[in-house]
Amino acid sequence: MTWDNLPSLYPVLVLALGMLVVLVAGLTRAGQRRETRLILFIGMATLALAGVAGAGLSGATEISGLFRSDAFSRFVLFFGLISTALTLVLANNSREVAGRRMAEFTAIILALCTGLFLMSAAKDLLMAYLAMELVSLSSYILTGFRRADRLSHEAALKYVIYGGVASGVMVFGMSLLYGLTGTTSFSGISKALTGASTVAGAGQVGELAVVVAGVFVFAGFCFKIAAVPFHQWCPDVYQGAPTPFTGFLSVAPKAAGFALILRFLADIFPATGAHEAKWPLVTLLGIISAVTMTLGNFTALHQLNVKRLLAYSSIAHAGYMLMGVIVLDTDGSAAVILYLIVYLFMNLGAFAIIQLVSDSSGSSDLPAFTGLGTRAPLLAVFMGVFLFSLAGLPPLAGFIGKFYLFAALLKSNQFWFIILAVIGILNSVVALFYYVRILREMFLRAPAGEAPAAPAVPAVVMAVLALLVVPTLIFGVYWEPIRSLAVYAASALNLM
Amino acid sequence: MTESTLLSWIVFTPLLGIPVILALPKEKKQLIRYVAAITCAIPLLLGVYLYLIFDPSNTGIQLAHHFVWIRSFHIEYYLGVDGLSILMILLTVLISFIACIASFGIEKYLRGYFALFLLLETGMLGTFCALDFFLFYVFWEVMLLPMYFLIGIWGGPRKEYAAIKFFLYTLFGSLLMLLAIIALYFNSNPATLVDGTPVPHTFNMIKLITENDFANAPALLGFAFSKIVFIALFIGFAIKVPIVPFHTWLPDAHVEAPTPISVILAGVLLKMGGYGILRVNFGILPEATVWFAPAMALIGGVSIVYAAFVCLAQKDLKKLIAYSSVSHMGFVLLGIASFTEQGITGGVFQMWTHGLISPMLFLLAGVIYDRAHHREIEGFGGLAYRMPEYTGAIGLAFMASLGLPGLCGFISEVLVFLGAFPVFRTLTIISAMAVIITAAYYLWTIQRMFLGKLNEKYKDLPDLTWRERFTLYPLGALIVLLGIYPAPAMSLITDKLMNILQMFHG
Repeated sequence: MTWDNLPSLYPVLVLALGMLVVLVAGLTRAGQRRETRLILFIGMATLALAGVAGAGLSGATEISGLFRSDAFSRFVLFFGLISTALTLVLANNSREVAGRRMAEFTAIILALCTGLFLMSAAKDLLMAYLAMELVSLSSYILTGFRRADRLSHEAALKYVIYGGVASGVMVFGMSLLYGLTGTTSFSGISKALTGASTVAGAGQVGELAVVVAGVFVFAGFCFKIAAVPFHQWCPDVYQGAPTPFTGFLSVAPKAAGFALILRFLADIFPATGAHEAKWPLVTLLGIISAVTMTLGNFTALHQLNVKRLLAYSSIAHAGYMLMGVIVLDTDGSAAVILYLIVYLFMNLGAFAIIQLVSDSSGSSDLPAFTGLGTRAPLLAVFMGVFLFSLAGLPPLAGFIGKFYLFAALLKSNQFWFIILAVIGILNSVVALFYYVRILREMFLRAPAGEAPAAPAVPAVVMAVLALLVVPTLIFGVYWEPIRSLAVYAASALNLM
Repeated sequence: MTESTLLSWIVFTPLLGIPVILALPKEKKQLIRYVAAITCAIPLLLGVYLYLIFDPSNTGIQLAHHFVWIRSFHIEYYLGVDGLSILMILLTVLISFIACIASFGIEKYLRGYFALFLLLETGMLGTFCALDFFLFYVFWEVMLLPMYFLIGIWGGPRKEYAAIKFFLYTLFGSLLMLLAIIALYFNSNPATLVDGTPVPHTFNMIKLITENDFANAPALLGFAFSKIVFIALFIGFAIKVPIVPFHTWLPDAHVEAPTPISVILAGVLLKMGGYGILRVNFGILPEATVWFAPAMALIGGVSIVYAAFVCLAQKDLKKLIAYSSVSHMGFVLLGIASFTEQGITGGVFQMWTHGLISPMLFLLAGVIYDRAHHREIEGFGGLAYRMPEYTGAIGLAFMASLGLPGLCGFISEVLVFLGAFPVFRTLTIISAMAVIITAAYYLWTIQRMFLGKLNEKYKDLPDLTWRERFTLYPLGALIVLLGIYPAPAMSLITDKLMNILQMFHG
């Protein structure tokens, strides 16, 4: 590492520094409303500065073989910054977070945001592990943020236990990889696997050994994106965590998880001369994809709590996105990235509205939404847009995301890819059914007894909602910019 | 507005009305209704203008509005009309206007109703105008959303069930279609965008029809490419037609939907299936069409006969009309599967005549429901003495529907039989027999509802109001007019169909 490379670390440094400032400010001046505003301001300024630092970067810089700043990791950086900024605003207006503990929330979420960027930039097993732990630990704390709420406690405990096991299994897989190849760097592993390494005594590594190691490593990755069979934490955590953080959790760590998977696969199994363990592992991911979306969708059908319902829906969405991962080419990765962009808007939007409804009615169960169409028509229409987009209906952005995933699968005309696409299609039909259940409550039914009051919507939250709804609509009609962005970011992975 | 943007104006004018309607205060109900009616009248007038400037002797695409939309995926914005689509566009603007007038009786959430209604109209018109496959799909799906709410919010007692059933059925079909569209795209030949950029693949439907032969495309899932894609597309369209056994959403949707939405559903939405099969399946995959034609004719025949028998058993007037729609749309399939000139002409004309007759029938069913608040056929009797005008109108519609000579239903059915007979002899004979059953259930219904002893409960029912006349008479007039002089519609069909026929006969 030389000083010339330092600028590519500026975003990390800015975020870390901002986190410390928030912590100190929170310690010294805890309390009044004005102070909360100050904290929010420092948090937003940190994010903005990190954005500026990130925007100043170009090209690809690798630092000590641990960390690579390129178009792909910068995409995740901006993704994280935007979702963190929106979450901060929502959290500040939420009953569950706002007030004197805003400083804690802000500091931890800034640390989390740093971890997201590091996850996508990791070029080394150690770096990947540390970044993932940073994200996980921050997530555990924020999940249990509502000290007085037993659901929140339970969720955090479950999350810690599942997360601990998953990351233990992952570290075991990583140690196997290290044992097989003698290195922790992604590119070094790739060379050593195929016998191209210059290390003395290195030869071709057997397929089975690599597959076993890969399966263990994927356990950790799948935990992060909530893919079956490492999804059980997801519904409880989503339901128990404070709603603004649930929205964040469903979007940003998932995106970083996908970034890590893509980077890992692209580096370990390069386009030419990949180790033969590539196909068994990709096949496994394909099966996980099919099972994840099917299980997520079918379980969502019976949920009575909207946060839980969307938790299962987000499991299903991880399944959809895995379809793009297994293609392992630029088109497939670009489709995943495009989907993530679209998913950011629609899922954060849906959770923002849940937050408003549950803050006003005290519950996020389905009946809390009954008759929302007459009580708060605008909110209900926004929710309709987000849900239809999640269901993947044109002319909304969610459809475009799905379209590119299916197109990436069908392009190759391979038997199992097409079967997977058909499974994806059937799942979309199932998914529509439970999204419509929320719509039915909002528009088709009138509340049985006395209607809960219409949620009060502060102007700044309305602005956030507009920021989420407008792209969901616009990108459904004109998506050239995000498509170019996705292709640009994906091409940094050097796939085919 | 120039000629090249005329189609875009027709398609998007209804959309422009939505913000206006939403901006009006909700107490001004009458004003909202008038604004909606005017918004529907503009595409109607533009449609008439379109008919006047359309050149029937030109078999190509006319009045195209064409530019590149998403360059990175070679998607274009491409609207255009030919003889086939102009008929459907005219039908859509007419039926939408009439349905809009019929919607004046709606009292609940007026603004939302008309906003969704107008969105629906844009979706329908766009589907018939779109010549880029991606654009076509977007318009096709845009209709689902308003339809769900229109049935689900303003429908009858079982509206929730009917609405979601409609939604899931159609979505399943259209998602299969989406996969087929993507597969066609990746197997298409290199083409050029409208601005001359060469591209490796295309969504342009006209190029897919004229410059591509999918007979030799690599197999998909181990099946011949053109066959499996044909079936995926066919299921997508056939659910909309609908054919037996994919028809079960239709009676539910019709019975629960408010009258104007039934009118749209029967008048326009069902035609999209037939239009799609002709435009896409016939146009893009002619070999597979030849391979599938006997099955298609059989499906048509089964729909005709089965639905006719089901009609006999119906107790609810609206359900009877719904099943008769299934039966009559079967004629479309039987006709076009024959590949003869009369058969295809008859099939297309049947779409038009059914598009006039079934809306009239649903309007009439709505009239009696508004007065008596039920539609049980057995619950009436002797209405002819109380409501002579209504009885006359329903008599005309029934006769037209069962194919009485002199009314337009006769012409299309005869053409279908003439065209199909040399090709599918037995099937045509059996289907023709079903016309007798059709006559039976209509006449029996007339007997039960309008003749015999007057049910004392209904001795004070008023006859047609002016608003009802305003919606019924134009349809009745067109039914009679096209029955006597079908040439204006026929001239639009035949030239276009010569194109389609040439594909099959070399």
